[in-house]
Amino acid sequence: MPTYIIDYMSDVPFLAEARPPVTSSLPLHLQRLESEAIHIMREVVSEFLNPVMLYSIGKDSSAMLRIALKAFHPAPLPFPLLHVDTTWKFREMIAFRDETAKRLDLRLLVHTNEEGLKRGISPVASGSAVHTQVMKTEALRQALDKWKFDAAFGGARRDEEKSRAKERIFSHRSAAHAWDPRNQRPELWRLFNTRIKPGESMRVFPLSNWTELDVWEYIRAEQIPVVPLYFAKERPIVERDGALVMVDDDRLPLKPGEKPQMRRVRFRTLGCYPLTGAIESDAATIDDIIAEMRSSTKSERQGRLIDYDEQGSMEKKKREGYF
Amino acid sequence: MNAPAFRASPLPTLRLLTCGSVDDGKSTLIGRLLFEQKLIYDDQLSALERDSKKHGTTGEEIDFALLVDGLEAEREQGITIDVAYRYFATPARSFIVADTPGHEQYTRNMATGASNADLAIILVDARKGLLTQTFRHSFIVSLLGIRHVVLAVNKIDLVDFRQQVFSEIADGFAEFAKPLGFHVIKAIPISARYGDNVSSKSERTPWYEGPHLLEFLERVEVEDESRAAPFRMVVQWVNRPHLDFRGFAGSIASGSVRRGDDIVVAASGRRSKVARVLFGGEDVQEASAGDAVTLTLADEIDVARGDVFSSPDSRPEVADQFAAHLIWMSGENLLPGRSYLLKIGAKLTPATVTELRHRVDVNTLEKLAGKTLALNEVGFCNLATTMPVAFDPYAANHQTGAFILIDRYTNETAAAGLIAHGLRRATNVHLQDLAVTRQARARLKHQRAAILWFTGLSGAGKSTIANLVEAKLHARGVHTTMLDGDNVRHGLNRDLGFTAADRVENIRRVAEVARLMTDAGLIVLCSFISPFRAERQLARELAAADEFLEIFVDAPLDVVMARDPKGLYKRALAGEIKNFTGVDQAYERPESPEITLRSAQDSADALADQVVDELAKRRFIDLL
Repeated sequence: MPTYIIDYMSDVPFLAEARPPVTSSLPLHLQRLESEAIHIMREVVSEFLNPVMLYSIGKDSSAMLRIALKAFHPAPLPFPLLHVDTTWKFREMIAFRDETAKRLDLRLLVHTNEEGLKRGISPVASGSAVHTQVMKTEALRQALDKWKFDAAFGGARRDEEKSRAKERIFSHRSAAHAWDPRNQRPELWRLFNTRIKPGESMRVFPLSNWTELDVWEYIRAEQIPVVPLYFAKERPIVERDGALVMVDDDRLPLKPGEKPQMRRVRFRTLGCYPLTGAIESDAATIDDIIAEMRSSTKSERQGRLIDYDEQGSMEKKKREGYF
Repeated sequence: MNAPAFRASPLPTLRLLTCGSVDDGKSTLIGRLLFEQKLIYDDQLSALERDSKKHGTTGEEIDFALLVDGLEAEREQGITIDVAYRYFATPARSFIVADTPGHEQYTRNMATGASNADLAIILVDARKGLLTQTFRHSFIVSLLGIRHVVLAVNKIDLVDFRQQVFSEIADGFAEFAKPLGFHVIKAIPISARYGDNVSSKSERTPWYEGPHLLEFLERVEVEDESRAAPFRMVVQWVNRPHLDFRGFAGSIASGSVRRGDDIVVAASGRRSKVARVLFGGEDVQEASAGDAVTLTLADEIDVARGDVFSSPDSRPEVADQFAAHLIWMSGENLLPGRSYLLKIGAKLTPATVTELRHRVDVNTLEKLAGKTLALNEVGFCNLATTMPVAFDPYAANHQTGAFILIDRYTNETAAAGLIAHGLRRATNVHLQDLAVTRQARARLKHQRAAILWFTGLSGAGKSTIANLVEAKLHARGVHTTMLDGDNVRHGLNRDLGFTAADRVENIRRVAEVARLMTDAGLIVLCSFISPFRAERQLARELAAADEFLEIFVDAPLDVVMARDPKGLYKRALAGEIKNFTGVDQAYERPESPEITLRSAQDSADALADQVVDELAKRRFIDLL
């Protein structure tokens, strides 16, 4: 039996640099959630040929990106980011996206459904249902096919919506990107079945077990930059059917008599600006946001105008390939 | 800026599973918990009111079940089909609730929910009391290793809040849960629909003095056994960004690891020291169970995805054959002999089920013979893998003792597996050649090592004969040792009872010890009732070829009952002892023992001589 006698203190010079864990500032439940997400990401990178991370620029994407950087440190991110751009995102989102990619030296892919653009699809002209179908769902499918990604990370959480609550962490998609909620693979322990056939793909949700509050507490503890739209500020607003819509550029046609008012608002979720409702708020810091959330009686998706299209609308979209 | 106002959570997140059948009010209970924690937002509540009118079953009142039954098909059929996860937090603790269907056809979903839960809430309808399904739920919960159970006696309002109804159910449950190994069983009378004892104490059950459900959940401590267990880490990914860094990324399954610790790669037996522990991208001194880390080692040793790091003094088993419980999850039945993919930790290997030892009736726990397992059936099987895998028994370590089987053609997850024990001696971990061989040790004693396995009913005369055999061998200068059922149970196996499962483990341990003693060249006399053929076969398989002699001490049941030297039959017949061989547990007679001793006919001394003669004849000891 060989015996190793190692003076590892001298063999391994970087030990002297060891610091107490920065993550120790994380409360236990966030440490657990972070480790779980890292575990999931490492499974994907080990078992798939060509993964990608869907980057939607929002707070969940920001948290997910930070976790990914930790998971593979000190190696660079072993997959690119993909943003499906409908061309109707808030301008501040696009600026934040480009700044983030540059600051972190990331590979960022941007895809827009050009054919949809040519057909003149927009949230204003086509309504939210058609716009989402063509510019988000179809566009995503195009992008996944174009680069032949076999696994795509998404930042969705199970607490967002009822049909999400039953989606797997590894969510299998047919070659046509369809989700079959009646035929999902059971997920036991941390043993994820990652097997797919040629042409099929997997959507993977590392933040499945996080809540909205968890995400904000993580962003605060880790000091992760987020789009400024989450913080309250005077913004030009028109009120439509009870929703506060921000006039982000001159593409939003104003109805007769409609005049943007400067109101102190912020956004709980971010999407296409004509489809995203603001809330009146004074929350200007992350601490404020967390305090506001604790006392809120409105759910996060209340600002999402697309969910109200019809009953079970999220489930329907997901079956068709929406994230 | 103030200090971060994190939720005060001295206790870790509690992951719990709710089980109950279609009408027990499971979804209603979860809906009620969320509602009372003000976790249902206005917009959700208005959707709920709309849904209640459309699909609800509660008339004008809000149907809380609709809040959690997510998928459209479920809302229409009024049943919960899948596993749904709910999240809520109180100032004291955060919770993850797995809501699973309770019907027999959804055993697989319940097992899925249970696999990651610390605690189970088992719902019972107070009007109906304990049902077959209650037993099924409890068994699955127990099989998956959950040790904390809340028995929620629901709809207590419909039995007029009567204490007697509650007590009868609670007592009955405590009785039938005895063999299931729960550490904590808390019975609480509740009404999910009206909120009694859900998150506040009900005035309508003044006779109930315990905590309400939420209070109990907030306070219950589910001790983190995985932290105290020996160090295990499954390598998921080798991080090699450049030539100067080679890190092994993975999650710590159990125990903890510090810089400078010795570690060993379980399958290859290669050793090294931990040079760095990276956690969250930073160097740390120590990390423990649950942490996703990256380790670097002091030596360049061969490590790949799927390898298991462990502490050198407590290594996992490494084997290519083991026995395990399988929960079948596919519509296509198990085919013994067919090749499946087995995923354990981060390792994927082809595997076959070599033998279905028995099926388990999930409603009665009865062992049934069978050739196959269908969807939602549970069985105990022997499996063989193409490559040896490192594992621990599931009971000792959930992360390293669990696996899934994947259908190679459809890619479906076909089964969940829980390893009971290895079937062959773990040869791969002991790679070092022993300079002094077992044969050399035995030769010095002028004998060949052997295991003399005395089996038979209690009172048949096993120990008496074995003692005489040993005395006679000793007188001839033969080196022996004795493993006796009663004695072993005072020490090595004092944690085991007399259930079928414990008897298997009892025999497995004894067989392992006997095998080690034969390595020392001894003749080992083992005296155990060992009622099951399969376990005697296991003991035989663990021993080296030709070194195992099964000695059947054959005495008719009426004779041993009449003898009853320890008064045990009398007590068993009176119902004071359960699982007593010959009374309420079968003794499977050996089919072809090396030696049969008829103790009703011959004296113990004569029978002992018969054994010694046989040993001489087989050249285990020198002829005189």
